[in-house]
Amino acid sequence: MAASMLTRFGNDLYTGERSVDFVGKRKIWLTIAVALMTLAVLVPFVRGAGDYAAGFNFGIEFRGGSQFQVLGVSNTDPTIAEDAIQEIVPSTVVRVTTVGGDGLRIQTEQVTNDETQEIAAALEVAYDTDSITSSFVGATWGADITRQALIGLGTFVLLAALIMAIYFRTWKMSAAAMLALLHDLVITVGVYAASGFEITPAAVIGFLTILGYSLYDTVVVFDKIRENTSELATDSPRTFGETVNLAVNQTLVRSINTSVVAALPVAAILFLGSLVLGADTLRDISLALLVGILVGTYSTPFIAAPLYALFRRNEPEIVARDKRTLALRDKSVAA
Amino acid sequence: MVTTTRSTPVRKAWRSLIWLVVIFAVLFGIQGAGAMFANWGWAPKLALDLEGGTALTLTPQLAEGQQVSQEQLDQAVAIIRQRVDAAGVAEAEISTLGVGTEQKIVVSLPGEPDAETLARIQSSAKLEFRAVLAADLASNVIAPEPTETAEPTDGDATDGDGTDSEAEPTPDPTPTDASDLAWITDELQAEFDTFDCSTIDAAETNVAPADEPLITCDDISSVKYILGPVEVSGETISDATHGLVTTSTGASTGQWAVNIVFNDEGTTQFAQVTTRLIALSGVQNQFAIVLDGRVISAPTTNAAITDGRPQITGSFTEASSKYLADQLKFGALPIGFQLESQETIDATLGANQLESGILAGLIGLALVVVYSFFQYRALASVTIASLVVAGALTYSVITIMSWHYGYRLSLAGVAGLIVAIGFTVDSFIVYFERIRDELRDGRGLVGSVESGWKRALRTIYAAKGVNLLSAIVLFILAVGSVRGFALTLGVTVIIDVLVVVIFTHPMMQLLATTRFFSSGHPLSGLDPQALGAVYRGRAEFRFTAESRKSGANREAQRRQTIAERKAAELAGTPRDGGKES
Repeated sequence: MAASMLTRFGNDLYTGERSVDFVGKRKIWLTIAVALMTLAVLVPFVRGAGDYAAGFNFGIEFRGGSQFQVLGVSNTDPTIAEDAIQEIVPSTVVRVTTVGGDGLRIQTEQVTNDETQEIAAALEVAYDTDSITSSFVGATWGADITRQALIGLGTFVLLAALIMAIYFRTWKMSAAAMLALLHDLVITVGVYAASGFEITPAAVIGFLTILGYSLYDTVVVFDKIRENTSELATDSPRTFGETVNLAVNQTLVRSINTSVVAALPVAAILFLGSLVLGADTLRDISLALLVGILVGTYSTPFIAAPLYALFRRNEPEIVARDKRTLALRDKSVAA
Repeated sequence: MVTTTRSTPVRKAWRSLIWLVVIFAVLFGIQGAGAMFANWGWAPKLALDLEGGTALTLTPQLAEGQQVSQEQLDQAVAIIRQRVDAAGVAEAEISTLGVGTEQKIVVSLPGEPDAETLARIQSSAKLEFRAVLAADLASNVIAPEPTETAEPTDGDATDGDGTDSEAEPTPDPTPTDASDLAWITDELQAEFDTFDCSTIDAAETNVAPADEPLITCDDISSVKYILGPVEVSGETISDATHGLVTTSTGASTGQWAVNIVFNDEGTTQFAQVTTRLIALSGVQNQFAIVLDGRVISAPTTNAAITDGRPQITGSFTEASSKYLADQLKFGALPIGFQLESQETIDATLGANQLESGILAGLIGLALVVVYSFFQYRALASVTIASLVVAGALTYSVITIMSWHYGYRLSLAGVAGLIVAIGFTVDSFIVYFERIRDELRDGRGLVGSVESGWKRALRTIYAAKGVNLLSAIVLFILAVGSVRGFALTLGVTVIIDVLVVVIFTHPMMQLLATTRFFSSGHPLSGLDPQALGAVYRGRAEFRFTAESRKSGANREAQRRQTIAERKAAELAGTPRDGGKES
């Protein structure tokens, strides 16, 4: 009576009375994964008209842009600048910073010379000042940051793969985890292209957080698989694939609870914070986090675990064991 | 038996909780001491996007006719960023401004930079090794300047006290022999005689051509020199570290030095210079180490340095030797810069946006609390208490890092902390689910807590280990804001493991002994009945579905004929099913 629905569901999953067939139906799950990944790669190509990178909305921090310096302003309300500029260049991102009390530093995506003059004129009127200078501002997230971040990322992924292989005593778990990680990254990147949300340094940081989260989730579930498969008595009624599947099902309640708990604050920031309360700067980072948490949790049972079972399926030892288990099962059914 | 199994976990639990109190006391003590003696605040300092700061505009300082290339600017931006990073995790924004040859560099830093920070960013750190041709007291200084010795760090040279030789300030350099001195023309000599060290900045010695002699002073304007052309340039330095000078016997002299490692080119050049100078006497035996146009040290040459690892000593403190080593390691700026303007900038992220974000985050947290109670009933209070403990520890550690190491909390950092809630709660969820699994297997609560903990802890260590690895790798390799993120992640992972070990688990150990939880009250979240353990009837209480099923299977195996068993054995691994029959 006191048990919540999920608790009862958890009981059934634990005993194996009820289970989701992650391993057995791997063809379905892997096909979905491949299809989604293909879509995620295609979307930026389509949006960028054949140019992959052009399919993303990179922020000023990556590409540089135009900067207007307005001095001697009595009212430093940033919305004045936003309105004035968006009238000339619609839907452009405008970043306004107050400088030295009575000055404004206004940055936009790079605009043409004509637009620059129009914007300068509009700002002059809007802020009632004649002290406006414009120039080009370079990227604050330069190639050097990207390069170092990529080196760090590559090193981390290699080390993580190595450590997982050592910890789990099999490189096949590492390989399955890395493929699931790749899936999560491709999908998250694809969501950015599809939504057209701006990619800012904060979004990239969110992205890195997701890498850690996805791998973390996989390690938790794989540790249960390791435990169940290593305790596998020779007279267990389950084949290797079924044992993996049971382990995933036994950790399913944990996966659901964890993803809900992790996603709730992020979702609140994305939907309440940016859409209702109007904090748009939080939008880009919370989107990366939300998508990443959901995809990262999803990919472990639906991609990493079936892949692991698939990788080990043809090992002679496992083939022999499974054959025997199945033979016994037929017998007991017949008896 | 029963009493010992109960009392040991309880005693352990109290010991852990006392450790937690000690940790809190230490952190609080550090913060209190910082607030009293070092003017620390009780809250972490915020980064540029949340608090605003100062924008510094730097313009290239060029010799006549020199032009700045895009490549030089990009290189300068990268070097400045490394220097800012080396001073802490302040997350500066650095970009170029303008187009073509008119470009400037804008460095935005949180807070108000002090003179040291400005120097760190701006100084080009152009290092040159030039032979000393002539030296003289700077006209307005009387006391002679003690100079320093350069020695090979492998210690095969004389001794290490470094104070036995003095620069001999000769009243007037007399040109005698060697092509070196032919550099000193009458004109140059006249210029040297009238050279006043107080005008050194105007003389632009820092942009002097490399292939001509140079008149300059030492860094405290007490000695002036005529130096030969550049013989080894700072570009050939591959690494630089700072450390205490040790004698050949390994004892420390208490003197700080900068240790330089040259690349192959630098090693060859430096060996040539020192081999030549060793034969010379007087000031010509000295070579000058020139940083940004000033002599920081002009040691005498005691031995030829052929291993490419010279050591610079001087009037260094620990801080100044680290500073110079950093500057040399990251390389000289390809061009010099001067500060054009310094302006205060406001937070790029409006205060109302931050408030909205925080409000939304709090609503999200409230939802987490509701969900936890729904899922884990009274057990959720352990989750929430653990989160509060983890939150308090994180806040304290981040505040200390902020005031001691210059860490700044940015929007990305805040987001990282919010996601950390998920990571942290997951440790509890993994643990609770393991306890429930043990209960489902029909164990008592105290036993379930202990055995569930053992299994959960292994998982937690493995998963957090991967997280910590990513934090460490990114912190070491990345630059700029990625480093700040890595630091936040690393801190939360460590605190998370700490909290689950010394707070959550001890709490569970204590709660397991209370009647409310051990009797499996329906609201405790650990009700064996709800978890399906009792459903199997009293007789089968200890059996799970798993063991029942495998029991049935054993029966099937027992019914195998001998022939079948043999066939099975041939087909695969031996099994113990046969022994039981």
